[in-house]
Amino acid sequence: MGKTLFHKVWDFHVVKNIADGLDVLFIDQHFLHEVTSPQAFDGLRNRDIKVLMPNRCVATADHNVPTVNQSKPIRDPLSAAQVASLKTNCEEFGIELFGIGHENQGIVHIIGPDLGITQPGMTIVCGDSHTSTHGAFGTIAFGIGTSQVEQVLASQSLVLSKPKTMKIEVNGTLPFGSTSKDVILYIISKLGTEGATGHFVEYTGDVFEKMSMEERMTVCNMSIEMGARGGLIGVDQTTIDYVLERKEISEEKISWWTSLNTDPDAKFDKSVTYSAENIFPMVTTGTAPDTGIRLNERIGAAPHLSEKSLKYMQFSSDENVADQAVDYVFIGSCTNGRIEDLRAVANLIRGKKKADSVNAWVVPGSMKVRSQAIEENLDQIFRDSGFEFREPGCSACLAMNDDKIPSGSLCVSTSNRNFEGRQGDGARTVLASPLTAAASALTGKITDPTIFLDAN
Amino acid sequence: MQISSKAIPLPISNIDTDQIIPAKFLKQVDKLGYGKNLFYSWRYLDNGDSNPEFILNQPERSSAQILIAGNNFGCGSSREHAAWAVADYGIKAIISTQFADIFKGNAYNNGILPIELDKTSVDQLMQKSLDSANVTIEIDLESQEVSCDDINLRQIFDIHPFKKQCLMQGMDETEFLINLRPEIQAYENQRSIPV
Repeated sequence: MGKTLFHKVWDFHVVKNIADGLDVLFIDQHFLHEVTSPQAFDGLRNRDIKVLMPNRCVATADHNVPTVNQSKPIRDPLSAAQVASLKTNCEEFGIELFGIGHENQGIVHIIGPDLGITQPGMTIVCGDSHTSTHGAFGTIAFGIGTSQVEQVLASQSLVLSKPKTMKIEVNGTLPFGSTSKDVILYIISKLGTEGATGHFVEYTGDVFEKMSMEERMTVCNMSIEMGARGGLIGVDQTTIDYVLERKEISEEKISWWTSLNTDPDAKFDKSVTYSAENIFPMVTTGTAPDTGIRLNERIGAAPHLSEKSLKYMQFSSDENVADQAVDYVFIGSCTNGRIEDLRAVANLIRGKKKADSVNAWVVPGSMKVRSQAIEENLDQIFRDSGFEFREPGCSACLAMNDDKIPSGSLCVSTSNRNFEGRQGDGARTVLASPLTAAASALTGKITDPTIFLDAN
Repeated sequence: MQISSKAIPLPISNIDTDQIIPAKFLKQVDKLGYGKNLFYSWRYLDNGDSNPEFILNQPERSSAQILIAGNNFGCGSSREHAAWAVADYGIKAIISTQFADIFKGNAYNNGILPIELDKTSVDQLMQKSLDSANVTIEIDLESQEVSCDDINLRQIFDIHPFKKQCLMQGMDETEFLINLRPEIQAYENQRSIPV
């Protein structure tokens, strides 16, 4: 019987099997950031050991960094200390760091792929659940806790039980205005926040085949929001071209990459199939990512919606989601902070003004994305429309820096989580695509982006 | 490892790691003192006072070492701070129908026992503990048994023998991996394609 892509990559990386169903898995690439690594470095110091393979580690400062006046010292002393601690640790242990101001700095899951570090067939970890993003390249990529960060620093390996596999197939043509973000919000709304727990997901079908690498990353990014250990997509010419634009790669390796696809007769533990024709622009209504509905639906039509979350969101179930007033729009994060996202927003808002009642922030995912946007004059379009174009970081996705949504305010956000208080105490988050977020900024209400798009 | 304790029932599904410990408390560079901010937004009022309606704040629950939670506890972020907060508060075991994968691993790595039972058993334990703060639950890791005499419940739970051994003998998984360094380096040198 054939093998799934997941099993091909996993089996290639097994150092040894230590017990029934438990493997020591070699990790090719370790990404680090300031929040989940300090205690791991302390652990190494306590054990008096070095990092085993520092050349397989790359660090960046992203969660705590300001998105305005980045060249000035960080005002919050705790954030400043955490960012400073990353620098000290990287220097002491010989790890490459893209700190604040570095041309390669940015959100860890944006820079890895964009710098050509993320490559097909790798095992990739980071102390961050959205590490699943890198699965778009046919990698096994997943988030780990700080104890495991220490283990990877110490041994470049982890003790892991092999997850089950799940196939999510989507075929057909997406309706006009529907994007990769809408595809993943739709899938999560169908499966629920625990629908893929214990599984590693593979996304298959022509909808994903037609996507760009950046669109695939948006999909894989949110795999964790349905509980999946990670999510991956098979390697094709789109994958290979993306990496080759960034790195020189040997013929031998490229030929191996082309084998990184699930064999036709391979079996998955679980499979689901959806039709692209049913996937329209989506927004969430509750305080978990599985509460997505179409923009023409009543809030009460949302799946997985609890009374508790309705109360927190200050929604009632008989209201239309499209009528809700918007206070903030956040465009950015490891889900939708890439250049294609910024281009899509700029195209939609060009020559139009945001509603006076809305604060609209565009936070590029990296210095490189920011420079590219400026080169394409997108920053001017944002400013002309009344959007703030900021400096790179995780920003209002989790509000660890000053980018907090005030209590009670509603934010249409291109990020990945709408948990209570995620964007600030009492903040109400509605997850959406960059197009829907941009359209909502223009009208001041949650808005279907298709009314602003040219069908031709 | 044996636990005999009252329980704190939280009949809420999908308790995410932002609820267990909000991001604003992730700025420390050590592992200390997270317990006071466990379930921060539910536990404290806007003015910083304890919220008397939140069950964790009831005096009769103060010494409880067992948490009973709705399905999919610990979903969301990978932050181990969530496990540090639970452990620092004094919780030694969590009972639910299912845990999010990363949280479950983090719990083990901090000596917290994540116990998955069938829905009926979790519901019974939850209801009984909601009805009375004096209900005692017994957990025995060696026999992998949860019991509650008040409702005549006795259930065996699953745990991987390796994880059990780590918890029983205080074995350090990191030390285990450090000892494997020569084999790990040999693997890297010998594999057919350099990745």
